Amino acid sequence: MRVGRLGWAPYALLLPSLAFLAFFFLMPMVQAFGLGFQDRAGNWSLASIQRMLGDVQFRDALFTTSALVVFVIPIQFVLAMSMALIVNSRLAGAGLWLYVYALPLGISELAAGIIWFSIFTETGWLNSVLQQFGLIDSPFLFLGHGNTFWIILAIVLAEAWRATAIIMIILVAGLQSIPRDYLEAADVYGATTWQKVRRVILPMLRPALQVALILRTILAFQVFATVIAIAGASATVLAAEAYRWYGLYRDVHVAASYAGLILLLSLAATILFLWLLPTQEEQLA
Amino acid sequence: MSSSAHDSRLRIPALIAVLGLVLAACGPAATSPGTSPADGSPPAGSPDAGSPDAGSPGAGRLFMLSTQFEPITEAEGMRNTILADFDGDVDFQPQLGGPFSDALNAQHQAGSGQIDIAGGLHGDFAAFDPEVFADLSDLAGELAELGIPENFLELGRLGTDKQIYIPWMQATYIMAARSEALEHLPEGADINSLTWQQVTEWGSNITDATGGQRLGFPARLGEPGGLIHRFFQGYAYPSFTGGVNTTFRSQEAVEMWEWLQDTWQYVNPQATSYSHMQEPLQTGEVWVAWDHTSRLIEALKADPENMVAFPSPSGPSGLGFMPVLAGLAIPATAPNPDGARDLIRYLLRPETQVVTLQTNAFFPVVEGADPGELAPEIQLELDAVSKQSAADNTVPSLLPVGLGEFGGEYTKAFHDSFNAIILSAGDPADVLEREAANLQRVLDQAEAACWPPDPPSDGVCQVQ
Repeated sequence: MRVGRLGWAPYALLLPSLAFLAFFFLMPMVQAFGLGFQDRAGNWSLASIQRMLGDVQFRDALFTTSALVVFVIPIQFVLAMSMALIVNSRLAGAGLWLYVYALPLGISELAAGIIWFSIFTETGWLNSVLQQFGLIDSPFLFLGHGNTFWIILAIVLAEAWRATAIIMIILVAGLQSIPRDYLEAADVYGATTWQKVRRVILPMLRPALQVALILRTILAFQVFATVIAIAGASATVLAAEAYRWYGLYRDVHVAASYAGLILLLSLAATILFLWLLPTQEEQLA
Repeated sequence: MSSSAHDSRLRIPALIAVLGLVLAACGPAATSPGTSPADGSPPAGSPDAGSPDAGSPGAGRLFMLSTQFEPITEAEGMRNTILADFDGDVDFQPQLGGPFSDALNAQHQAGSGQIDIAGGLHGDFAAFDPEVFADLSDLAGELAELGIPENFLELGRLGTDKQIYIPWMQATYIMAARSEALEHLPEGADINSLTWQQVTEWGSNITDATGGQRLGFPARLGEPGGLIHRFFQGYAYPSFTGGVNTTFRSQEAVEMWEWLQDTWQYVNPQATSYSHMQEPLQTGEVWVAWDHTSRLIEALKADPENMVAFPSPSGPSGLGFMPVLAGLAIPATAPNPDGARDLIRYLLRPETQVVTLQTNAFFPVVEGADPGELAPEIQLELDAVSKQSAADNTVPSLLPVGLGEFGGEYTKAFHDSFNAIILSAGDPADVLEREAANLQRVLDQAEAACWPPDPPSDGVCQVQ
């Protein structure tokens, strides 16, 4: 009855955003996907995908990307959760931390990469400090080629520093939507802080966690500028290879194959999280 | 320009190199603040680029897209110093090679454009359909009196009968070192006629004496990245094998790669993150470096007393070196072609050429450019460049000719060989066997004939 009275109005109101998505997201996405299934002459073929799979950089790129996803995301979630709990606590000045934590968000991915590069490089700040305190005699080459452990660690640190705040903000919003009554009820029953986090906050936070996880994982598959800045040619990721194939090796089809692979991986991760962390509505359905 | 500079006249230049330094954060989409490559809408900052503004002085408004002067200091030097006396309003936007060609091709396909003038390397222009650009033969005739070398003008015709670009400026690759490295030079070595083997000894001496790995190459692969592929194409291969493509997997090439494997133990392991050697030279991470003249200049400028510039070393087959030529072209769709011609005349004036040399360290292509007193860093480079091209054992290389859109994949064969042999310690012969197939595929697809230093070929160039 209500729907009938509204008639076509809701759909008309949706139309602009649908058109926007179709023109600026769906169409380029389908086009890019199509490019990946063409050879250089524009014929339909799997040649570009085979070139990507056979490329000497492919395995390294896939490995580093996966390693980053596996390491960065848990670290960021623990950090973001702690930060969100501090911000959301009733301690004096807790709100200030929100702004402090969010500062790195104002810095571009590339600039963050350059900052961390200048920390870890041979004449960088870390080596200077260590030498100052007499902990090392000569600078340690953290970012030297072959030092995969340190290179990945530097990228993980840079990413954690730069992007944890995005997750924190989503979690803070989620925390603030948890009614105080639940926590007070837990207090009444004598729950410890850990029990409150484990039994009340985390379950109630599920929708926010789901959104944050999906967002962060997609961003982790796309990570690019920090890797370029810190690792140069010593480590590569899928997005960096896509960029090299487009900008340097000038084959948009192989670049599109890489982009398509990133899309598929992101899609798979999204489905996985939707399945692993169903929200209450989804569980009921 | 002084007479020694004329000695450095570059006979067979070309290059697809793209300068790059500080770049916007998020990949191709974000790297083009000044242009709208795909949609053909007016570039930011030149809202009226489509129509010469009657209110503007002289040549009117011009939009210039260039793969050169991409580092921000060079771009500012172009805007504020080199263009200062031009009677017109130029919106100068540097751009990486990929978006540069996309923008020009898109505007050509659309049949209308906003770019009035394009500045790029010989190799940048070689990748286009000649129809994209207007014929500048009349302008070349008019500018003949400036003394632009005929072989430069011929390169600017790109094998067609029309003048696609007018030579603009030139550069090359040399070596630079910090003065504290000099005491470790191998005994009896003359820094102006080193061999690559002596460079290895030099690095070894430094490591023995200081414990540090102080040789450096710009081995960051990517865009923006280092130009190490030019090291292989124009320096290492020609010096060790006398060729590039034909000798790609020869015994001499295997020896070259073995030499580099041996040398790499004295190369700073952070070389894979270096795009411009001037920075590690300045910080002291690297003491001896090879790079493009415009990518060494800041180190020489910062401390000319304690830096030296010298010619690239020689190998068993001679001193391989690669001159670089940049040119100016006018797109066929340029909205203000007359203003663009005025700008070319202005940039080719001997006075402007000198300012270009002093500001951004690219060398003149015209005669009669008298720079007077040169800044010390420019003098250092000029001397090294002159000695390099005047050496009696030079093996000059031309950069990839006739590869068109496959130029990038050609580069990849060298990047991948470097990755596999040097960074992953692969067996040179095995890797070269595999990459030779890739190289041949690129040459076949592009139907490219051999170019110097390889001997001329009948038909497609063949890896031997």
